[in-house]
Amino acid sequence: MPQQRVVLKNCEVIDPKRIDSYLESGGFKALAKARREMTPEQITSEIKASGLRGRGGAGFPCGIKWEGACTAPGDIKYVICNADEGEVGTFKDRYILEKDPFTLIEGILIAGCAIGAKQGYIYLRAEYHYLLDHLQNAIEQAKQKGYMNGFSLEIREGAGAYICGEESALMDSIEGKRGEARYRPPFPTTSGLWGKPTIINNVETLMNIPPIIMNGAGWFSQMGTEQSKGTKVFSVSGDVGKPGVYEMVLGSPLRELVEELAMAKSVKLVQIGGATGRILPGDKMDTPLAFEAVLGAGAVTVYNQSRDVIDIVRRTMEFLAEESCGKCTPCRQGTEVMAEVLDRFYKGEGSLKELQNLEDLSSAMMLSSLCGLGQAAPNAVMDSLQYFRDDYESRVAK
Amino acid sequence: MAGKGVVTPAKDRADLVECLKEAQRQYGYVPEEVIAALAESLAIPVHEVYGVASFYSYISTRPLGRNVIRVCKSLPCYLKSAEMIMEAVAKELGIGVGETTADGRFSFELTNCIGLCDQAPAMLINQDPHVDLTPEKIKQILKSYH
Repeated sequence: MPQQRVVLKNCEVIDPKRIDSYLESGGFKALAKARREMTPEQITSEIKASGLRGRGGAGFPCGIKWEGACTAPGDIKYVICNADEGEVGTFKDRYILEKDPFTLIEGILIAGCAIGAKQGYIYLRAEYHYLLDHLQNAIEQAKQKGYMNGFSLEIREGAGAYICGEESALMDSIEGKRGEARYRPPFPTTSGLWGKPTIINNVETLMNIPPIIMNGAGWFSQMGTEQSKGTKVFSVSGDVGKPGVYEMVLGSPLRELVEELAMAKSVKLVQIGGATGRILPGDKMDTPLAFEAVLGAGAVTVYNQSRDVIDIVRRTMEFLAEESCGKCTPCRQGTEVMAEVLDRFYKGEGSLKELQNLEDLSSAMMLSSLCGLGQAAPNAVMDSLQYFRDDYESRVAK
Repeated sequence: MAGKGVVTPAKDRADLVECLKEAQRQYGYVPEEVIAALAESLAIPVHEVYGVASFYSYISTRPLGRNVIRVCKSLPCYLKSAEMIMEAVAKELGIGVGETTADGRFSFELTNCIGLCDQAPAMLINQDPHVDLTPEKIKQILKSYH
């Protein structure tokens, strides 16, 4: 299955500073169609039928989310675009925001029609502050051309916190609080930002909306696999000849992305989905890139034969320990303890008993953490124990 | 420390992060006086404001230099020898991570992934991205910050 440009079709094609350039390539036609020819119910059912799933990592069906907020009672509703791309090794949203802010705005406006929201926010990570004026310019131009139609779109900047990419922490951050995960239920679709029905979608998810509205759910769902429709934008980095952003039909084999497109050689392992993602050894390169196999937010970090697995996992866990919001004990303590144990293995001071402890702790964290961070934090540990157990055993203190 | 409690009073709880960032821009960090003033204007406890200020890594409760260097230490940059960049910055400025130069010109920090992995190793100085770094480039880059 080849590369295909759906999300990135305007990138490097239009001038992202001029709305006219976007209009010339068919921009805002989907919004006009959604506003003039479709009811909110028709929009949500089209998205539902397309099979589009969230591109931020969790893969929740987008249409079901929208339907929940659409049917939730209340006059005030919100659309939030999650541009807090913080997963290690992910930079596709940065590329999209830079190259095609208009499709994103169009997607947000269609989402607003679908759920009956008059207010939207783009939550932009602090690290991308240099994109703020650029995005603001795109919003201003859309306003001047009359596309906002009473909808107000504001950019809220983060202040440096990985956890704020988690939807409930993100909402707390917009509310001016510490960005800590919330207990759920209630879910954002009924009680989100300031307790109002809210949908939160990743940048890339919203980029898919205009083409689906324009070409129909049937067109979209022809691409991909049974459970993963459409394309995915991947951020490839690490030991590769050509790092960068690649868009592929879902279900494409990892090998095609890593070896054929990004030109990696002698791959030892690939980390897919960043710090909370999965680890696959070099002999599993035929694994399809899909929700039912490995995907996450599409961060693909490649490590060659010269790399030390324990060092990679240790650094991954240090990152998670630093970025845990600290609200729930399994994640706050679990990530710290795991980082300490992994550090001992790294120094050749591990013990067989501690290998068992890592496994026990992993299952406790997966089961009892409050949000995706703690639940997925043990992934790298569990996967490396499965595929590279010898590396651990060779680091047991003699 | 006179005059350090002066920031636009917060009217809305939702503005707290923005107000803290404003203080950060104005003073280079968030002084205690600002924390107290914000707590008062929002009628919330001081510890709540401090809790928010200390939560975010781009808001500092200790004084920082005029320019803040943040070298990325996450895996994609690490694979591209980010440690050589850290050494080059330390050598050029004569300070270690977490320190500020005596003249207050630079603070040297490390940061987690900044989303520039395709152009690693990378760093931010204030809000500006610097990519495809080599130890040789560091001197030249630092020259442009005063």
